[in-house]
Amino acid sequence: MARRFGAQPVLKGVSLQVAAGEFVALLGPSGCGKSTLMRIIAGIEQPDSGRILIQGRDVTALRPAARDVAMVFQSYALYPHLTVAENIAVPLAMRRLSAAQRLPLLGGLLPGARAARGAIAAEVRAAAESLGLGALLARRPGQLSGGQRQRVALARAMVRRPAAFLMDEPLSNLDAALRVHTRREIVGIHRRAGCATLYVTHDQSEAMTMADRVAVMQGGEILQVASPEAIYADPADLRVAAFIGSPRINTLAAEAGADGLVRVAGRPIGLRTTPGPVTLGLRPEALFPAAQGLAVRVEAVEFLGDAVLLHARHEPCGTALVLRLPPERRAGLAAGQKLALGFEPDRALLFGADGRRLPARDVAYA
Amino acid sequence: MPELLEAEAREGAALPGPSRRGGTATPDPANGREVQEPQVPGGGPGGGAPWLLLTLPAILAYVVLLLLPTLAAMALAFTDYELGAGGFAWIGLDNFAELLRDRGFRQSFANTLFYVAVVTPGSIFGALAIALLIEGGRRGRTLFRALFFLPVVSLTVAMATAWQYLLHPTIGPLNAMLRQVGVAGPAWLSDSGMVMWSLAGIGIWENLGFNLVLFLAGLTAIPRELYAAAEVDGAGSAWARFRLVTWPMLGPTTLFILTITMIRAVRVFDTVKVLTQGGPAKASEVLLHTMYQEGFTFFRLGYSAAITLVFLVIVLALMWLQTRLLDKRVHYA
Amino acid sequence: MPERDTPWLRDLPRLGLLALLGLLLLLPYLWMVSASLKPAEEIFSASLSLWPKTFAAARNYGAVFERLPVLHYLWNGVIVCGGILAFQLLFAIPAGYALAKLEFRGREVLFGAVMLGLLVPPHVPALPLFAGFSALGLLDSYTALIAPSTISVFAIFLFRQFFKALPDELIHAARLDGMGEMAIVWRVILPNAWPAATAFAIFSVVAHWNDLFWPLIVVNGPQHATPALGVLFFRTSEGDDDIGMLMAAAVIMTAPLVLAFLLAQRRFVEGIATTGLKG
Repeated sequence: MARRFGAQPVLKGVSLQVAAGEFVALLGPSGCGKSTLMRIIAGIEQPDSGRILIQGRDVTALRPAARDVAMVFQSYALYPHLTVAENIAVPLAMRRLSAAQRLPLLGGLLPGARAARGAIAAEVRAAAESLGLGALLARRPGQLSGGQRQRVALARAMVRRPAAFLMDEPLSNLDAALRVHTRREIVGIHRRAGCATLYVTHDQSEAMTMADRVAVMQGGEILQVASPEAIYADPADLRVAAFIGSPRINTLAAEAGADGLVRVAGRPIGLRTTPGPVTLGLRPEALFPAAQGLAVRVEAVEFLGDAVLLHARHEPCGTALVLRLPPERRAGLAAGQKLALGFEPDRALLFGADGRRLPARDVAYA
Repeated sequence: MPELLEAEAREGAALPGPSRRGGTATPDPANGREVQEPQVPGGGPGGGAPWLLLTLPAILAYVVLLLLPTLAAMALAFTDYELGAGGFAWIGLDNFAELLRDRGFRQSFANTLFYVAVVTPGSIFGALAIALLIEGGRRGRTLFRALFFLPVVSLTVAMATAWQYLLHPTIGPLNAMLRQVGVAGPAWLSDSGMVMWSLAGIGIWENLGFNLVLFLAGLTAIPRELYAAAEVDGAGSAWARFRLVTWPMLGPTTLFILTITMIRAVRVFDTVKVLTQGGPAKASEVLLHTMYQEGFTFFRLGYSAAITLVFLVIVLALMWLQTRLLDKRVHYA
Repeated sequence: MPERDTPWLRDLPRLGLLALLGLLLLLPYLWMVSASLKPAEEIFSASLSLWPKTFAAARNYGAVFERLPVLHYLWNGVIVCGGILAFQLLFAIPAGYALAKLEFRGREVLFGAVMLGLLVPPHVPALPLFAGFSALGLLDSYTALIAPSTISVFAIFLFRQFFKALPDELIHAARLDGMGEMAIVWRVILPNAWPAATAFAIFSVVAHWNDLFWPLIVVNGPQHATPALGVLFFRTSEGDDDIGMLMAAAVIMTAPLVLAFLLAQRRFVEGIATTGLKG
């Protein structure tokens, strides 16, 4: 399966492919166009140009109903006047029953309606059971908790076994504890159903924990599509590096001289690349106090229980840095103290002037 | 007199909309019920009882101008009181017995029902259709809303006068138009078979804009995501989406509109008074006009009060119908 | 429900249909204005032309102003609507505040009385009120026109709902600043009540400006006639023959509220839709 899109104002030349059975998270800050992208895939909005292919079929001109996708909405978008069972049955009833057969009371008398309705009821029950909704089938959405509504929305989406699952921030209306729980549940559903899933979220922990691959989106373009591990450890773009990870990645302005040595505030740091200005990116856990290195003054020490956050300022260029240290390293650290910070060269990330990551072949250890 | 409408009281003086009633997005713990909040003691530190000072004017006016007259009207219905006749006697249910025998009243009652039965569906479905047309796009929303609302703010008496000219059998533009296409138009307001239809037509014209505004508000309150969900779920045609989303989601709005339209229609008076005076030969008598005639033209206050009571019972029955029978079927919490 | 603008061409059938329906709805207005500009012979020829061949506007409107105390009726309308509104607010705002924010014994009873009052259409107490005003010799007076409407249970209900939504902190702060309950109502609550008060004012003025029932009962001469009654009197006295003049009178009496509506149509629509309706 593949999907491709072209340009439009909110989206700039986006191209994304989701393989069969794959779980791809579309991650980005709010307003980056990720929901627009999803709505275009679903057919709720039209792209200005470009194509959308689902299982090799060009669906760009098709109505949402004809695209064979299912969607879970941020607000769940359950029909409040229908019971749980009726809600889950809608996608099946809309496709298998004629308009006349769907009529209340009378519709049931038409030929074929009884059998079709019976089959639908059985499938609805199966889908509901698999999500633990069996006891709630006769309730209305208004009588359900947030988590239960969420599961009804999931059941409605999966009952039809669509070619693709689209989920638009499905967890954002749940409280923190329920969110973590439901996260695992969705992954479980995906594993069992095995259908291609595109999952939109602004929460990096959701994207990182759930997805096979993460597509990081910003300002209407997709910056990088890669496994969660690669997105974190091997970001292709400074914006990706800055968006993923908390606390944020530290960045230092640096310069590779004519000799290729990368210098921060005039001091070499043990890396070498093609001459020109570069940005040095260092994750908070990549830095540690050392005998020599970046000269900093400690500004604050925060004890988190499982770690210590050390806020420091690189004195020569005035850049703020954050270190994440094991808790036992807290002793002896105090605000105002002067330290030297070191890092493993292989954990340093170098970005060019355009924000793109410098290719590994252009970076060497000095 | 203030035109109070009971129905909107229960709706919390705000537009009824699907989103207020346990919609999909946000759980609504209050759900129409009052949320208890910390209150300030009314006998506060200032001494005295400020609440009494604050409510006394309203209480006095309520008792003198509303409560006592209403009770008096109820009592009057069981007397033979006539203005200027001096005394009166309690006559039990005689007034109501006379109502049953009174052909004029029976006609008036039937006419009112007819008027309600035509104006209510006419102005509701008309308003719904126009509301859907207006909501079908973004252009012209404000313009058309204002345009269709115009009759609501127009002086009814003046507009009735305009209608009288419009419907005039010989010089009226309507019949002139009909003549153009070779149809002899009826005497709209003086034909006893036609007059109630004409009045009902004007009633629809009057009520349309108000219902339209309520429907527009109801439509705006439907979450857009429900339409998106309906599309993804396979509701491809506009009709399927209307059946799956619009119509059920408009349930509370429609019920509200249904009740207030019926109550407004039961109160028809101005157009009858201006256009027909109940004629020809009582063919367009309606409840309030009959009550007005009996009470303020013939000064038979007791008899008129009995009609008032019938009128009140109808209004109360309509409101009861809304809360008890229909309410449960359109609110989904 | 489109997310984006549909192209003009595809929107055209919808707009055309709406325009057609709108025109149909406007027909009474068009003919009313048209006839008010025409001389009698043109009206009686039942010509379908909306545009007069000879303009008789000066004659028709002139005759109205000559024979009908137009300005007096309009002024009566202003006095009656203004008087009613002023008293309604004066009674309802303090009561609404007390019901919303003060705790006192009997509050539930009072609120119950308000809800009960909402059930009673204004036509019900009309007979005894008429008898009462008649006994007091107050018929055909501003008092008789204004008094029965001064108590609006609906206004009390509306303000109570509105004030309930105001934060308690506001009132606590005012108390700490040393204000008494009266001062709180007029200096803290009232300035915050504007949205509800505007909506209610529009609703109230439209309802009473258009009301025919009660003025018809208590007024029997031109001296205290409201615009609605004025049109009715005019029609009875001048007969139905001079349609041009009659239509001119209708236009004049309809104009003030319609103009106010066109100037502030948003507020009108919202005010009336959120509070109540014309009777």
